[in-house]
Amino acid sequence: MIWQLDLVLLSLVVICAIASITVKDLLSSAIILGAYSFLMCLIWAEMGAVDVAFTEATVGAGVSTIFFVAAIYHTTRRTKD
Amino acid sequence: MINKHDDIIIETLSRLLTPFIQAFGLYVLCLGHYSPGGGFQGGVLVAASFILLVIAYDIKEAKSRLTEKWNIVLNSAGVFVYAGIGLLCLILGANFLDYSVLSKILPVGPEEARALGILGVEIGVEITVAACLVSIFLDLASRGEHEEALK
Repeated sequence: MIWQLDLVLLSLVVICAIASITVKDLLSSAIILGAYSFLMCLIWAEMGAVDVAFTEATVGAGVSTIFFVAAIYHTTRRTKD
Repeated sequence: MINKHDDIIIETLSRLLTPFIQAFGLYVLCLGHYSPGGGFQGGVLVAASFILLVIAYDIKEAKSRLTEKWNIVLNSAGVFVYAGIGLLCLILGANFLDYSVLSKILPVGPEEARALGILGVEIGVEITVAACLVSIFLDLASRGEHEEALK
């Protein structure tokens, strides 16, 4: 484990998490959540849990982002609150 | 959003990439014993290749390759394979999913029977996960009508 890399990745994860719940556009919120999943995948791989990283990359970043985008097509793109 | 005859780059690239993604899904399934991966991740990759086809072409093109009836059949076939191997071990006199007893009906020893048994279970998981994710996406993207995706 390299603590400098850990620090950079963890701060980027926190930034992505806060950005995805504060942004008003739902589509960009879904895409930022995909970026969050890829960063989590990097953290898992860096900690040695390669199997979990693989699952995170396929399910979290790949398929669930597509599901969010497909769901957003049936609602309004901007949030009210 | 993207219709057929919309962009030749997206069409050609997705048509060329789809078999490679599916082959990688099968590779992940078969190498699941020795390297990261397994049935679940391989199934997600196979489903992702199909979802790419739906996004790049349209839903009719994708449904001409995998009809709804076959999707339902595959959805239950994976669960059948999983539970069938478990129950086969139960019938042969061991615990549920205790694969070593499969050496009574396979021409291999108990250790090899364990490896083959878990491979069969992973194949069942792969089939179910792929079919299930495809059906979730088709229902989600077309409001359950299966006419036009992402409109």
